[in-house]
Amino acid sequence: MAEATSGWPDDVYSQLEAAGIRQVSYVPDAGHSRLIQRCQANPAMRTVSLTTEEEGVALGLGAWLGGDRHVLLLQSSGVGNTINMLAAPIEMRVPLLMLVTMRGEWAELNPWQLPMGQGTRAALESVGTLVYPVDQPAEIAPTVGAAATMAFNTGRAVAVLIGQRAIGAKNWNK
Amino acid sequence: MASANLRSNAAPVQMLRRPLIEAILERRADALVITGLGTTCYDVFSAGDNPLNFYNWAGMGGAAMVACGLALAQPKRRVLCITGDGEMLMGLGSLATIACEKPVNLSIVVMDNEHYVETGMQGTHTGRGVDLAGIARAAGFPVAGCVSAQEGFAAALEAIYGPGPVFMNLKVDPAQPPMTLPMRDGPYIRSRFRDALLGPAVAHPVMIPAAKQP
Repeated sequence: MAEATSGWPDDVYSQLEAAGIRQVSYVPDAGHSRLIQRCQANPAMRTVSLTTEEEGVALGLGAWLGGDRHVLLLQSSGVGNTINMLAAPIEMRVPLLMLVTMRGEWAELNPWQLPMGQGTRAALESVGTLVYPVDQPAEIAPTVGAAATMAFNTGRAVAVLIGQRAIGAKNWNK
Repeated sequence: MASANLRSNAAPVQMLRRPLIEAILERRADALVITGLGTTCYDVFSAGDNPLNFYNWAGMGGAAMVACGLALAQPKRRVLCITGDGEMLMGLGSLATIACEKPVNLSIVVMDNEHYVETGMQGTHTGRGVDLAGIARAAGFPVAGCVSAQEGFAAALEAIYGPGPVFMNLKVDPAQPPMTLPMRDGPYIRSRFRDALLGPAVAHPVMIPAAKQP
């Protein structure tokens, strides 16, 4: 996928920094590549590459028990991997901030992305996650800031769905 | 529950789980303890309640990663993950993740009874040849061992409190000790743990600061 070029990943990074994020776990997505690079460059943020997204849900729970704030970066397909693990932070009222880059949702070429892409919001909401979809690049960072405030001050699982419309189409010709 | 006839064909298992866990926790000092689901949760509670015990009731396969997040947040404290073979099998990928992160203060102890006790004593893969310590070693754990007889336990105990990340598989008898249930209220378990570790000023701030931070 083309790397985001509108500058919103840098603005999202600033929001994470302002929110005091100390642990950043991720299963990579091209839409998150710039943000991951920014987090990796900050020695105050521990970046953790995961084998599957549910590991990040558990990591974030442990981080909170230990006094660290955490964010999980994932793609919409990975949301499907998190559902059962979400029971722990949700039942414990432990904050969980998730930034989800969407597939299968806007100008998608790969039909196999559609089942999970179309079901992302419903899946998250089915177990009690608060979901904030955002399609306009200028709205992404403020939404992340609001989601972080919600998550860390009310002890909720909160997901920002960053629309394919904002990320840009995947480059199949690279 | 009668269990002798449900054992795998492996060599008879002798070690009993609760004395091992009691011996491990006797040395915990200010260590932080994350349990697995089911029997290991009850075992840790049976050995003595402690606010720095996290009793885990959901998210099978996540115990090692909860412990990893805690170990990264609290690098000066020993973090013990005490879980079961079934729980660990569901989170094998986390062994690869932890081996990459290498938290030196993290020890994962698997009470391996080769069975899913909670659901009716069905056999797990570890009774059919799957070697969890071998998987941890191959993933890159600097310390990974399996002990199946009491003679080896003293060395295992030393390793558990040595430099990590440590993976220690303890083969134990599948017989169920008497049932004890710790508290199940998630917010209470969370707040009690954070109060004890971080202090009430952090666990329950009385004023919400505006977006500040360094």
